[in-house]
Amino acid sequence: MAVSASSKVMNNVETVRETLYEAMKNDDRTVILGEDVGDRGNVFLITKDFVKEFGPERVIDTPIAEASIVGIAVGMAMEGLRPIAEIQFADFIYPAFNQIVGEAAKTRYRSNGEYTCPLVIRTPYGGGVRGALSHSVSIEALFYHVPGLKIVAPAFPADVKGLLNAAIDDPDPVLFLEHKKTYRLIKGEVPGGHYTIPLGKADVKKAGTQLTVVSYGLYVHWALEAANQLETEGISVEVVDLRSIRPMDRGTILESVRKTRKLLIVHEDNKFGGVGAEISAMVAEEALFDLDAPIRRHCAPDVPAMGYALPLEEEYMSSPGEMAEAMREMARF
Amino acid sequence: MAKTEITQVRNSLERQGLSDDQLKAIFRNMLLQRQLDNRGFQLNRQGKVPFALGSEGHEALQSGAAMAFERGKDLLAPYYRDLGLALGIGLTPYEIMLSIFARAADHNGGRQFPNHYSSKKAGLISFSSILAAHIPHAVGAAFAMQYRKESGRAVLVTCGDGTTSEGEWHESMNFAAVHKLPLVMLVENNLWAISTPLSRQMGQPDIYKRAEGYGIPGEQFDGFDPIASYGAVKRALDRARGGGGPTLLEGVCYRFLAHSTDDNDMTYRTRDEVTAHRKDDPLPRFERVLLELGILGPPEIDAMRKEVLRETNEATDRAEAMPFPAASELYTNLYEGAWEPWQ
Ligand SMILES: Cc1ncc(C[n+]2csc(CCOP(=O)(O)OP(=O)(O)O)c2C)c(N)n1
Ligand SMILES: [Mg+2]
Repeated sequence: MAVSASSKVMNNVETVRETLYEAMKNDDRTVILGEDVGDRGNVFLITKDFVKEFGPERVIDTPIAEASIVGIAVGMAMEGLRPIAEIQFADFIYPAFNQIVGEAAKTRYRSNGEYTCPLVIRTPYGGGVRGALSHSVSIEALFYHVPGLKIVAPAFPADVKGLLNAAIDDPDPVLFLEHKKTYRLIKGEVPGGHYTIPLGKADVKKAGTQLTVVSYGLYVHWALEAANQLETEGISVEVVDLRSIRPMDRGTILESVRKTRKLLIVHEDNKFGGVGAEISAMVAEEALFDLDAPIRRHCAPDVPAMGYALPLEEEYMSSPGEMAEAMREMARF
Repeated sequence: MAKTEITQVRNSLERQGLSDDQLKAIFRNMLLQRQLDNRGFQLNRQGKVPFALGSEGHEALQSGAAMAFERGKDLLAPYYRDLGLALGIGLTPYEIMLSIFARAADHNGGRQFPNHYSSKKAGLISFSSILAAHIPHAVGAAFAMQYRKESGRAVLVTCGDGTTSEGEWHESMNFAAVHKLPLVMLVENNLWAISTPLSRQMGQPDIYKRAEGYGIPGEQFDGFDPIASYGAVKRALDRARGGGGPTLLEGVCYRFLAHSTDDNDMTYRTRDEVTAHRKDDPLPRFERVLLELGILGPPEIDAMRKEVLRETNEATDRAEAMPFPAASELYTNLYEGAWEPWQ
């Protein structure tokens, strides 16, 4: 499964898999550790057959203990390995909170640069998959407050590859969020060969003039669907895919907002204290007088997570239709 | 079944003091557990439910353990593979089906995955999908019993073999041991944690031996033998109820099915391995024991099977006909009373 220099169409799960495979092949300091990553090849089959090729010292089936999955990866990273730790579902990252927030994020800072923690923590997150309370949460807001961490949440296969490569190359800890509903749903052209996309760079996925929509993850795809619908109604919407949550791309957001003069933030996570709060505050600080309308956030209700029963999941999740309505309202303002 | 084995069971019967009726009830519970389990998978194949999770292989362990539980006194802090324990302490097939169908009348209001039972009435403590998170809760509940000097009560907490790797598991055992709490930690060792075998989960595969490290009693038993399970759990619960402190129990069984409907176990274990364990399937094994001892005859067993199937069908139809929770239910029961993050 060597990557040829030419591009090919892949879904997100295949892209994660192929990018990890190349990283394992190209650098023997790279190890993968997590629950069921070995013989089973991860619950989404992302590391299928890796253990056969790279062996159990590099593809490590860990005991069920997230605090130590991350903590051990921190130790490996401090001593020159390049660990890629996996948390099976983002919902199970909580036991590792101490190691991520208290340790990984502060290793460089507390040792005044003597020790570093070049570590990637990958985890599938997000809903719309009948995952119920504990297989569908968004966790980015819990971590984006933390200096010392970097957080990415790509939505398109080409971005997945470039950002995962950048995360692996990065000298500091990166939380790499993979929206599980996009895993097989989203396909796209992925360039061949090794490339990186810098962390902290948003991407304008659709140009427009009357309204800026900033989103990330699955909701970028739905926002694009809604924006394309509005195009047919004569409303021009620009869709900015954040891609990177920390650091966040101030320049691209401000440039877009100054052009369209209206900002709608759309995310699957709760509204209160969510990523949209920071974007709103930044735009209010930097570009308040360039705006023609109040900033709006179209986010999940402030409940812990979506329920298992379909009506509860549907009530929690937005939809391209609801997003289109939120965009129309903004455009009318 | 070999003669010596029958003698052993007869002896063990005398030792454990189980009546004929109790043995029948254990067997019936095992049949019902398997029937309901199969129904969940059937409904999944029919596209009626998105997810199902089975407990095949755990029937003897759970039905035996449930018989040692004292309804109205003890508390159970189970995990998602405990259908037989839930039934055994009094949850009804209808309640199980409400959970599988995620209906509004489910204890959790259709919020949680199926098999995540909760019943204050039955003494079954609510738990999430987050492994081992419920173990400290069980310890806390046991502390509350001791604090209120409610002797004669204990907490039975269960989990899988893989879950014993979590920090919360160790921390909980330690606290329970320090305070000599009325707690029985029952590990259902089915040799697998999804695709991870015991050998990659722990260096010491005899989980019960950890008890020594905590300074509490530990015991291992054959999880395919409901009488052995009853005996071990009864002894441990009695000790706990009488102020003798916690016990670590390990029942060794096997997970006959894939982890869930989302798993394909043939990617990490062989058909031969599963078939070899199936030879010890606790259902036919216990059936033979009851027949040989003359506790049940073939016609009675036949009638029991029919009854269990009828009960399962009825529960299925009744639960399926019930409504889903309304969308507005997403917002209820977050805090006591009305709430908004901005006041
Ligand atoms: C904290 C946490 N980590 C990971 C998971 C994902 N997960 C669900 S079940 C399971 C395996 C559990 O194995 P075991 O404890 O042996 O119980 P069994 O399913 O075999 O009965 C895993 C890893 C989880 N639910 N919670
Ligand atoms: Mg297990």
